Amino acid sequence: MMKRNHFRGLNRAMLIGFVGLLQQQMAVAAPREFSSLQTRGVEWPTFEAIWEVITLQQYNTRLVVTSTLILGLASGLVGCFLLLRKRSLMGDALSHACLPGIGIAFILGVTLFGEGKSLAVLLIGATVSGLVGVGSVLLIRNTSRIKDDAAMGIVLSVFFGAGVAILGMVQSMPGASAAGLEYFIFGKTASMVFRDFLLLSGVAVVALICSILLMKELTILCFDEGFARSQGWPVSVLDILMLILVAAVTVVGLQAVGLILIIAFLITPAAAARFWTNDLRVMLLLSAVIGGVSGWLGAGISALLPRLPAGAVIVLMAALIFFVSMIFGSARGVLRRSLSMRRLRAKIGRQHLLRAVFEIQERTWRDESLRPINVPISYQELLHHRTWSARQVKRLVRRGVHEDHIEATDGQTLRLSESGFGEAYRITRNHRLWEIFLFTHADIAASHVDRDADSVEHILSAEMVRELESKLNMASMPESPHEIARLKKEMV
Amino acid sequence: MNWYWIDTWIVVIGALTAIACALPGSFLVLRQMSMMGDAISHAVLPGLAIAFLVTGARASLPMFVGAAFVGVLTAVFTQWISTWGKVDRGASMGIVFTTLFAIGLLLIVQAADHVDLDPGCVLYGAIEVAAWDVAWTFSIGDLLIEVPRSAVVLGIVSLLNLVFVVAFFKELRISSFDPDLATTQGINAQLMHYLLMTQVAVTTVAAFEAVGSIIVIAMLVTPAATAHLLTDRLGLMIFLASLIGAASAFFGHLMALYIPPMIGFESTTTTGMMAVATGIFFVLAWLFAPRYGWITRLVLGKKLIKEKPVGAKPLKES
Repeated sequence: MMKRNHFRGLNRAMLIGFVGLLQQQMAVAAPREFSSLQTRGVEWPTFEAIWEVITLQQYNTRLVVTSTLILGLASGLVGCFLLLRKRSLMGDALSHACLPGIGIAFILGVTLFGEGKSLAVLLIGATVSGLVGVGSVLLIRNTSRIKDDAAMGIVLSVFFGAGVAILGMVQSMPGASAAGLEYFIFGKTASMVFRDFLLLSGVAVVALICSILLMKELTILCFDEGFARSQGWPVSVLDILMLILVAAVTVVGLQAVGLILIIAFLITPAAAARFWTNDLRVMLLLSAVIGGVSGWLGAGISALLPRLPAGAVIVLMAALIFFVSMIFGSARGVLRRSLSMRRLRAKIGRQHLLRAVFEIQERTWRDESLRPINVPISYQELLHHRTWSARQVKRLVRRGVHEDHIEATDGQTLRLSESGFGEAYRITRNHRLWEIFLFTHADIAASHVDRDADSVEHILSAEMVRELESKLNMASMPESPHEIARLKKEMV
Repeated sequence: MNWYWIDTWIVVIGALTAIACALPGSFLVLRQMSMMGDAISHAVLPGLAIAFLVTGARASLPMFVGAAFVGVLTAVFTQWISTWGKVDRGASMGIVFTTLFAIGLLLIVQAADHVDLDPGCVLYGAIEVAAWDVAWTFSIGDLLIEVPRSAVVLGIVSLLNLVFVVAFFKELRISSFDPDLATTQGINAQLMHYLLMTQVAVTTVAAFEAVGSIIVIAMLVTPAATAHLLTDRLGLMIFLASLIGAASAFFGHLMALYIPPMIGFESTTTTGMMAVATGIFFVLAWLFAPRYGWITRLVLGKKLIKEKPVGAKPLKES
């Protein structure tokens, strides 16, 4: 019985698959020899070794560190556009989509020139098939109900599958050694050569120039595609231009540092930079710097500790910077946002309390036809005025006392302090101005204005209030346009 | 070329992978989380490494548990970063899986002087080899049937997925289309999300151990997206996705057998061809689907209505 042929070619492909990836990533940027591979555990570098790496004395270290730095700069830059377009995983799809192009380029190279592994041919093949992949994502997204994510998933898996199939065929090609072709997309961080450096620098410069020239167009595309289209910008052309830029960076990055690192480089620095700023130009700069710094640090560390693969260390450095930014970021960091959220909540609570007290007092004046004075009110009334729990009221009042807005005379009643009365007057007036505005100018039903006003009044600025005053022609405290407290009391 | 028993088993394993993947995959496509399979299959590396470090052996079960656990963690971390950091979900997925992969690499390098993890099948897949690995044999009459181990594993996973989807069909459907509505109906949308992610992780790990990760990613997304173009009904969509996946397995294997000789090569990788076959089915549906096909719409003069991404809504912060 015949032994199946296609099992034989496969074994090779299979074996290089994962282990190849690992070994490539493991090969380290160390200029030193591999003696420590025999011993377990990390061998700490001497001071001279550290100095040697910092001052980039070794040619190899210098090359690897500068190359990853440049790649980090370039991919940080284009990664911003991807992030803002919500297409961060495009780099993932793109880099996988390069594989069939490499296989086909190899076959063509062998048949046409007799040599398939020339870098130029493989680069062109990878770029073309990467672009076809990205183009398919855009086409699927634009012409069907399939969304971005599924389109990327489809292109990624189908193209990579095709690549695996083509490489599987190439392995059995007579007269041509195709072994190691996969390394083209798995990278070789540690063993980069001067040619890679030149390629990376060239692409980085092109990316930089394009980003600067197309700044305005890309910005508008990233933030408001619909607006860009309505203003007559060639949105699709810009989109494609942007993705060509991404593809260029990805392809040269791929063969230099490999799949995982380039995916991380395209996403992580940009996402980290986003936490620090709301200005696109600052973000681009910051993202490039973060990419560069993580490349430099990672490559440096792995040159010092030969057991640590360069690619992995760089990814971890970028991730570290990301997490620090996520927590401490000055524009959108977690701490910053939770702090301002707390502040806003405190402000809203205070304003609600003061207005409630004022409204209850106002009712008393009206019932007993007094002039506006600061009469004491009971906790019970306050509790029933809004949907507050007893504990909430207690907490709010305690804070009010602390801020010197409320005077708790005894355990039963409370009233406003002098500054609190002024504040309460102002807040209530703002609330009513806004309500009346909504009522008269925005055609909102009287029964609904209270809630709508509630969500806006807390952020009314002084100018806004003045504008409302002039528009409504009111200088003093207006009557509430709707029945307030009584209604609520009946509901309780 | 002749058709042998082994070819039948290859197709059966492929079809079982397709069914196991189509069940959670349909929900992934609807929830716009299609890249999750890709992310998980890269991210499980530290799980494999830790299992290897702890047990010191390449035993299947600890590896499976470790990988599945890290797979679920991938989903959890992605969710955390996207809700707390307000980062786009795709980006947070990318950050999580590249970081986990890097950690996995470091662990492996520290653990072993030469990598001793099962290298073969992770990326490319070796469905042909999997078919030779016989788990148990029985005979019907004089016909000896040798069931491969991966067929057993994938059969069990398919069955579990089927039971899960049938049991929680209503909950999964509501929470996929409208998490807020689900919450008002007393369904814990967050819980459903994590259950689904667990299912995806277990399926991905079980399948890529047997057949390689590339086919898992293909089978999770492509048949489900194809079915999405063909129907608006969820139940039918899942059924069609399984069917298309299984058909892709069959045609993929046929292509792997017949195409290379036709263009002058010896052989190729079956899993790659299966992924290509899912792509061919997708292109057909994309162009000619009765209601949503591109050409169909051009011919009938209908406009594409992009529905609002209902399933896209991330879970609310609680």
